[in-house]
Amino acid sequence: MNSKMTFYILKRIFLAIFTVWVVITVTFFVMHAVPGGPFVGEKATTPAVQAAMEAKYGLDKPVMEQYFTYLKDIVTKFDFGPSLKQRGRMVIDIIFDGMKTSMVLGLIAAGISALFGILLGAVAALRRNKLIDRIIMVITTAFVSMPSFIMGSLLLALFAIELQILPANGSTPAGLILPIVTLALYPMAYITRLTRSSMLDVLGQDYIRTAKAKGVSGRDIIFGHALKNSLIPVITYLGPMLAYIVTGSLVVEQIFAVPGIGRAFVSSITNRDYPMIMGTTIILAALIVIMNLVTDILYKLVDPRITLE
Amino acid sequence: MAKKKFSFHVDLDSFIPASDKDKEYMVQMRPSTTFFRDGVKRLYRNKVAFVSFIVIILITLSSIVIPFFWPYSYETQLGVQPGKAVDASYNNLAPFEYGATEQKLIEQGESVFPHVFGTDAAGRDYFIRVIYGTRVSLAVGFFASVIVLLIGTLVGSISGYFGGKVDLIIMRIVDVIYSLPDMLMVILLSTVLKLTLTPVIEGTFLEAIGANIISLFIVFALLYWVSMSRLIRGQILSLREQEYVLSAQATGAKGKWIIKKHLIPNCISVVIISAALQIPSAIFTESYLSFLGLGVNAPMPSLGSLASDALNGLSSYPYRLVIPALVISLIVLSLNLFGDGLRDAFDPKLNA
Repeated sequence: MNSKMTFYILKRIFLAIFTVWVVITVTFFVMHAVPGGPFVGEKATTPAVQAAMEAKYGLDKPVMEQYFTYLKDIVTKFDFGPSLKQRGRMVIDIIFDGMKTSMVLGLIAAGISALFGILLGAVAALRRNKLIDRIIMVITTAFVSMPSFIMGSLLLALFAIELQILPANGSTPAGLILPIVTLALYPMAYITRLTRSSMLDVLGQDYIRTAKAKGVSGRDIIFGHALKNSLIPVITYLGPMLAYIVTGSLVVEQIFAVPGIGRAFVSSITNRDYPMIMGTTIILAALIVIMNLVTDILYKLVDPRITLE
Repeated sequence: MAKKKFSFHVDLDSFIPASDKDKEYMVQMRPSTTFFRDGVKRLYRNKVAFVSFIVIILITLSSIVIPFFWPYSYETQLGVQPGKAVDASYNNLAPFEYGATEQKLIEQGESVFPHVFGTDAAGRDYFIRVIYGTRVSLAVGFFASVIVLLIGTLVGSISGYFGGKVDLIIMRIVDVIYSLPDMLMVILLSTVLKLTLTPVIEGTFLEAIGANIISLFIVFALLYWVSMSRLIRGQILSLREQEYVLSAQATGAKGKWIIKKHLIPNCISVVIISAALQIPSAIFTESYLSFLGLGVNAPMPSLGSLASDALNGLSSYPYRLVIPALVISLIVLSLNLFGDGLRDAFDPKLNA
C-alpha cells in the first residue's frame, strides 16, 4: 500500500464522516421544521401539560442549542434520546432490538443473492446464447422489473395463502423464509446479469486464450482465471446491494410482520415518533455510507489497475 | 502540349468537361443519413426494443383515452347515491358481477356496462382505477425525469463549461448528495413535506395533485439530479477536447455554432437515454412511497397504492394485487428494454 492509496482512503473516510454529519444535520432540521411539534394531536392535553412535556424533552430550548445537544449526545454517548411513543424506552435500544432480526434477514438474503447470482451468471456466460442462458436472462429481467413490495405480496399470496406451505408471519424462524427470498431475488437477478456480462468480457481476454493455448484444463481456466477476475465488478455492487436490502426491508418487514428495524421505522413514521424517525434514519444512513466506503476501498485494493485520482 | 518537368505549367487535360461516365461518380446513390435517422433505423431493427416501444405506446394511449369514454369514474362509489342508504351490494364485486340495482335493470332488459375487474372494497369500478393508476404512475415517472433532466443538464453544463472553482464546489456538493442514501432521504423528506405542504397548498389547484406527489417531485429535484449532472459534465469536458471542436475553432467558428453543431448533437443521445432510464426508477420510487402511505392522496389511485390496498383483502381477492403488479412490471420492463435499445442504437460507444 503506497502513500497515494493511504491518501485516497483517508479522503474517502473524511467524505464518509462528512456525509454522516450532513445526514444528522439535515434530519434534525428537517424534522424540526414540521409545523405543530410532536405532541400536537395527542389526545386531551392541556397547554400546561404540553409545555411540561416539551420542557421534559428539552423542546422548549432554542433550536440551535437542541441541535448541539443532540449532536453531542450522539458523538459522545451514542444516545439518540428517548422515544416519544414507546414511553420509557430509548431510541437506540429499540433500534438494537430490531437490528438483530433485520441483520439476520439482510445477511442471509445478501449471502443467498451473491451465491446464486454468481453461480447463475457464470453458467449463463459459459453457455452463452444457449437455452439455459436465455431462460436465466428472461427470468432475471423479470425480477429486476418488479418492486420489492409487489414481489413480496405476490410470494405471500402464492406460498402462504394459495398453497399454504409457508407461514405468512415473519416472527418465527420458518416465517423468515419468504421475507429472505423476497429480499434476495432482486439483488440476485442483478448480480447474475453483472457476473454474466463481466465474465463474457473476461473470457474474451488474451490471457484466457494464452491459458487455453498452454493446455490448462477448462475447469482451471474457469475457476483460476475467469471467475476470479470477473468478480471485480460484482464487488462494486456490494454497497448498493446493502442499500437496497436496507430500504427493501422496510416494506418487506411490513408485509410479513417481521419484528425488525424496518417495521419499527415505518410505524414510527405513522406514529410521528420524531426521535425514532431521526435515530433510525441516521443509523441506517450511516450503515449504508460505511458499506459504500468499504466497497470503494475494497475495489481499489482488489484491482490495482484502477487509477486513483 | 508537352509538359516540362518541374515547370509550373498547367496540365490542360485536367480541365476538359467531364464525360457521362465521370458524371456517374457524382450521382448520389442514396441520400446521406443523419445521425438521428441512422439511430432510428438501428432501433427499428432491434425487435425487443421495438416491441417494448409498442407496449409503452399502447399502455400510455389507453391510460389517456379509456377514461374519456368509460362509463365509470375512478372515484365514484357506485353504492353511494345521494339521499339513499349505502348499497353494500356494490362493494367487492367479483369481475363481471353486478350490484343489486344494476341486476334489476338487467332483469328489465336493459344493458349495463360490465365491471371488467369487479369493484373494490368501497364499491369503485376496479378497471378504471387500474387505468387511472397507470396514468398517474406514468405521469409521475415522466415529470420526475423531466425535472431531473432539466436540473441535471443546467448544473452539469454550468460545471463543465465554467470549470475551475465553480466546478470544484459543485462537484463536492454532488459527491455528498451522491453518497446520501437516497431512499431514506426520500422517506424522511416526504414525511416532513407532507406535513408542511398540506396546509400551504390547501385551496389551490396544487391540492388536486396532492402534497405527497409534490413532495416526491421536490425530492427528485433535490436529490436525483446528481448522476445526470455528473454525466453531462463528463460529456462536456470530453467533447470540449475533441479534435473536431478544435478544428471548428481553428476555422473561426463561434461558440454558439460549436455548441449547436457539435456539443448538443453529441451529448443529446446520452442525455435522453439516461432520462428514459430515469422514468422506471421514478415509478419504482412512487410505488414504494405509496406503499408506505406517502404516495398519492386517496381517492386518486396509483399502481403502487392499488397494490398496497390490495394487501388487505389478499386472501379473498388476489387478482386485485396481481393486476396492478403485472401492469407496473410490464411498464418498467418495457421501459428498461426500450432504454437499453435506445442506448445500443444511439450510443454504440457505451456498449462497447
